[in-house]
Amino acid sequence: MFNRFFPILTMKTSTLLQFLPVSPTSTPFLAPLLTCSIPAGFPSPASDYMDERLDLSEYLGLHAEATFFLRVQGDSMQGAGIFDGDLLVVDRTVQAKSNHVVIAVIDGEFTVKRLQRRGGRTWLKAENPAYPSIELHEGQALEIWGVVSHVVHKP
Amino acid sequence: MSTSASLTRAIALVDGNNFYVSCERVFNPGLEKSPLVILSNNDGCIVSRSQEARDLGIPMGLPFFKAKQLIQSHGLKWLSSNYTLYGDMSARMMNTLAQFSPDQEIYSIDECFLDLTGITSDSQLISYGLTIKERVQRDLGLPTCVGIGPSKTLAKLANHIAKKNKQFGGAFAWAALSQQEQIEWLKKVNVAEVWGVGRRLLEQLNTIGIKTVYDLQQANTDLIRRRFSIVLARTVAELNGVACLEMVDIKEPINKQQIISSKSFGEPIQALPLLREAVASYVCRAAEKLREQASVCHNVTVFVRTNPFAKHQPQYHNQISIPLSIGTADSRRLIHAACYGLERIYRSNYVYKKAGIILSDLHDAYHHQGDLFTKIDEEKSQQVMRTIDNLNLRYGANTLTLASTGIVVGNPHSWRMRANQKSQCFTTRWDEIALAKAC
Repeated sequence: MFNRFFPILTMKTSTLLQFLPVSPTSTPFLAPLLTCSIPAGFPSPASDYMDERLDLSEYLGLHAEATFFLRVQGDSMQGAGIFDGDLLVVDRTVQAKSNHVVIAVIDGEFTVKRLQRRGGRTWLKAENPAYPSIELHEGQALEIWGVVSHVVHKP
Repeated sequence: MSTSASLTRAIALVDGNNFYVSCERVFNPGLEKSPLVILSNNDGCIVSRSQEARDLGIPMGLPFFKAKQLIQSHGLKWLSSNYTLYGDMSARMMNTLAQFSPDQEIYSIDECFLDLTGITSDSQLISYGLTIKERVQRDLGLPTCVGIGPSKTLAKLANHIAKKNKQFGGAFAWAALSQQEQIEWLKKVNVAEVWGVGRRLLEQLNTIGIKTVYDLQQANTDLIRRRFSIVLARTVAELNGVACLEMVDIKEPINKQQIISSKSFGEPIQALPLLREAVASYVCRAAEKLREQASVCHNVTVFVRTNPFAKHQPQYHNQISIPLSIGTADSRRLIHAACYGLERIYRSNYVYKKAGIILSDLHDAYHHQGDLFTKIDEEKSQQVMRTIDNLNLRYGANTLTLASTGIVVGNPHSWRMRANQKSQCFTTRWDEIALAKAC
């Protein structure tokens, strides 16, 4: 093995230093922006009135950790203002109730439908007369993945 | 287990069940109920198994090709690992769990400790644990188990019992059991399940008759300290309900004594220039970590090997260590040393499956010695490296790399990672979010 003081490698490593000509200026150039400090100056007349800028997530009341986005594929929910290609905001903290628009799992796929419960019966309703509603039979498990809290639509 | 004089601690360990599999199932419900495995980087080995896959007898870490026939015979499904997805789901899970205790210690991608001392009474611990579990299930769709005990070691053990015994519904707390019941459980569980007991230690413990957790709990602490270590003696105390490991104890990652970067190639490689690119890029990654922990390294080891599973091919493996006369964290110098070593062990008549590098003999970057016979512009070198690191930090990994690692754009890099069947990044990329059918 190589002796620490036997400079086989050291020769090689030092030649390597000429290998990449990347060299940021070694002394940073400091521009004298201000040569003296300005005491106080003129305070911004707006500083007392500053507010946090409007935040859409805050307005929508999104639970950051439990919110997911899905993309709509198809036109069966048009009647609810949900169009092909729209973005669905899904909040998993919300307990699904009748009349909620939900993401249900059907045959291993996500489907967007309106949940309806009446008199012990449950439907997954499309919002387009061209599509039939699905009624759940007794004992048939319904898996709701989440509740659609908002829709983002490009006009 | 109630010997502690002060207020009895209540520490929970929350752990995701089959975490990677569960993350995939959240966004692809079609994968529910079928045996599913997730493969390591490069689709080499099995790193996560669904319960159905475990039931088929697939062990953890199995090279995937050995399980491949189960795809046909038992409908086994598989996916490449998607760490972008797991990372985001992990962050969501940890943030959700943080709401249950002011003191959280994230222990790994899928487990964390929560200090519940004083948050709820002993009799309420189980229901609190179930609340935690249900909350993560509801918000994220991820199944977890919660183990609660007066020490971290007992919390870990409680978690293991909750996972293996369905009757608890996913939450187990020692405090909810009578002393007699506690002893029964300790006698039932193999000592191998105790946190920190590895395979070698297990053999040693078995030879002196310690087979169950109960045996270890009852062992004489002095004897354990003398025969084994202070660490194991502490484990014994922890098993007796004395919290020795504080919430911060394991939190701070200690600077590594060596840094390894190695991977199997996507496709086997024979040509030296390609091997050189691979080795150079592994060095780059390791050197970044080296600089992150403000160390310099005095020794670079390179190793290569052929595919041990390709029995019909000639086999070769070798490694070489290159000592450096002065310590460095400069990627260029480290690459140079690594390639120098690679050329020495490279044999042209083999097909290589894996290569790797190890940076060792690490020292603090601020206290390392110079060398009389070498002149290297230390300051300049550090500036170049800092510039590269900062650029990559700001604009993403590999924004600026060294030419020796190969040019990424437009070059498919046969040695780079294979991930044939990766799911989408459902939570981090707009163009990869899941579809909701409305048709």
